[in-house]
Amino acid sequence: MGHEILIVAEHLRGQLRELSYTLAAAARAAARPDEDRTTAALLGHGVEGLANELDVDQLLYVEHPALEEFTSDAYSRVLAGLIEERRPRAVLFGDTTIGADVAGGLSMRLGLPLVSSCLSLRQAEGQIHFVSKVYAGKILAEGELPAPTALVAMIPGGYRPEQGRRTNPPALERVTPPALEGLRVRLKGYAEPEAGDVDISREAILVSVGRGIQRQENIELAQELAEALGGTVSGSRPVVDQGWLPSTRLVGKSGKTVKPKLYLALGISGAPEHAEGMSESELIIAVNTDPSAPIFGVARYGAQLDVLDLLPVLSEKVREAKAA
Amino acid sequence: MKIVVPLKLVPDLVEELEIAASGAELDTSFSRLLLNEFDEHALEQALLLKERSGAEVTALTAGIEGADEVLYNAAAKGADRLVKLSLDFPKSTNSHAMARLYGTAIRDLGPDLVLVGVQAHDSLDGPIGPMLAEVLGMPYVGYVAGLRLGDGCCVAKKEYPGGVTAEVELDLPAVLGIQAAEQPPRYVAISRVRLAMKEASLEQQVAPEPNPGGAAAVCRMYKPETGQRASMIEGDEGTVAGKLLEIFREQGLL
Repeated sequence: MGHEILIVAEHLRGQLRELSYTLAAAARAAARPDEDRTTAALLGHGVEGLANELDVDQLLYVEHPALEEFTSDAYSRVLAGLIEERRPRAVLFGDTTIGADVAGGLSMRLGLPLVSSCLSLRQAEGQIHFVSKVYAGKILAEGELPAPTALVAMIPGGYRPEQGRRTNPPALERVTPPALEGLRVRLKGYAEPEAGDVDISREAILVSVGRGIQRQENIELAQELAEALGGTVSGSRPVVDQGWLPSTRLVGKSGKTVKPKLYLALGISGAPEHAEGMSESELIIAVNTDPSAPIFGVARYGAQLDVLDLLPVLSEKVREAKAA
Repeated sequence: MKIVVPLKLVPDLVEELEIAASGAELDTSFSRLLLNEFDEHALEQALLLKERSGAEVTALTAGIEGADEVLYNAAAKGADRLVKLSLDFPKSTNSHAMARLYGTAIRDLGPDLVLVGVQAHDSLDGPIGPMLAEVLGMPYVGYVAGLRLGDGCCVAKKEYPGGVTAEVELDLPAVLGIQAAEQPPRYVAISRVRLAMKEASLEQQVAPEPNPGGAAAVCRMYKPETGQRASMIEGDEGTVAGKLLEIFREQGLL
């Protein structure tokens, strides 16, 4: 008898997250054609049609008011029951600010192994092989998913979302949730993003800075280049955490996903959390002193330089070129 | 209010990483270990809560090389208690094993709040936080960048994809995975760390044999073919700036 590959669909504020399609594509890659089936679990309230374009064989819809938005406690209870009952060969979560909040706890609760930061899955001779990014993307790790059931947390980049999309809806099965009372985690409400700042996901040119910018005063050097180019300054996590740029300028996992015409990655190492927010940019140019920085695996052009040396020279040259 | 912050040491990524002869793990014999940067934020958040509303902050770590330094550093910053788990930690000590070890030790400390870094770059089997919460029977919320305490509960500012944040309320005791403290982690002068080494006391606990169950075996580790995709521009800043200008022109960006 065939196995089931189960994916946990992610949605936020009424929108299915694009990563859900990536998960569907990964599930197909892990399944033996004509033998295994792929299934998606959609937990929600009044969102039955949300996953109709997911390329899976079956959709399990779990409806409950407490599931309207993601909370770790409610999701864990529902998913623990589903996994125990169905015993899928693999359960795919997003390695996201949603999926990663529950995958590890379920692994411990159910005694099932977990593979995180997984880029791709491949089935061969009855085994499912994984490739994961570790050490901030500097190393890839490969292995086999332990049987009979393994949990996997997937990062984007291994599949295009279109690969997990189709037009005819999957077969629907409604699943009754367990009692969801006495929940210990409650969503109070979303904060509206700070208004007034630019929306970096709409900018054509981004001059993006990371740890290599070294000091707050040096942000100005990036600002000068951005002005010369007619672009905007964005940044990676450490720069925002230091308070050198507002959180509206954050690119990556819990920031914005950007696809500008030009993305200049200056002093950014390119950890998976950052890469997932910018790897679809039309042209990526990376400058970093570390030749093994993973950003050079994402960029089209690279230079091994200190950004502080390059910035003033490049700004000057751009200004001259524009003036001429 | 009792806050426990489990701290973890990870290889320094600034140094060149080497794959061991087995081809399936990192050769850590030469790599420098330093405190996981997210754990540094977790400690900072604990200290901010202590300053704001009073709390006893306990820093806890596994007794590997560099552990004493990390704990005394935490004391110099303001941690009240230092706990070191002593054991000859085998290489297989993964997140699952650490969550079980920390869980046993933390349960005895009776915390109201456990703050842990939301991730570490060496955790193929996932971050410690959610597993630790499960071992302790506490609720978990990760990707937290701000926190306030209520009556029997706390309200965390949780980050979601796409720059969305929300306020999430948790019953205490709880485990939170810290993405960023409300302020950048404080700097502490080496003289204060030296003072802490003289004055602070390290509580040693003998840890049981770690149980690493819950991870997949790795059969191969390798470096991604970087540089193959990026075409590298050689030369000094003047030459590189000149080449970049040509590229900008070709792409119609000027």
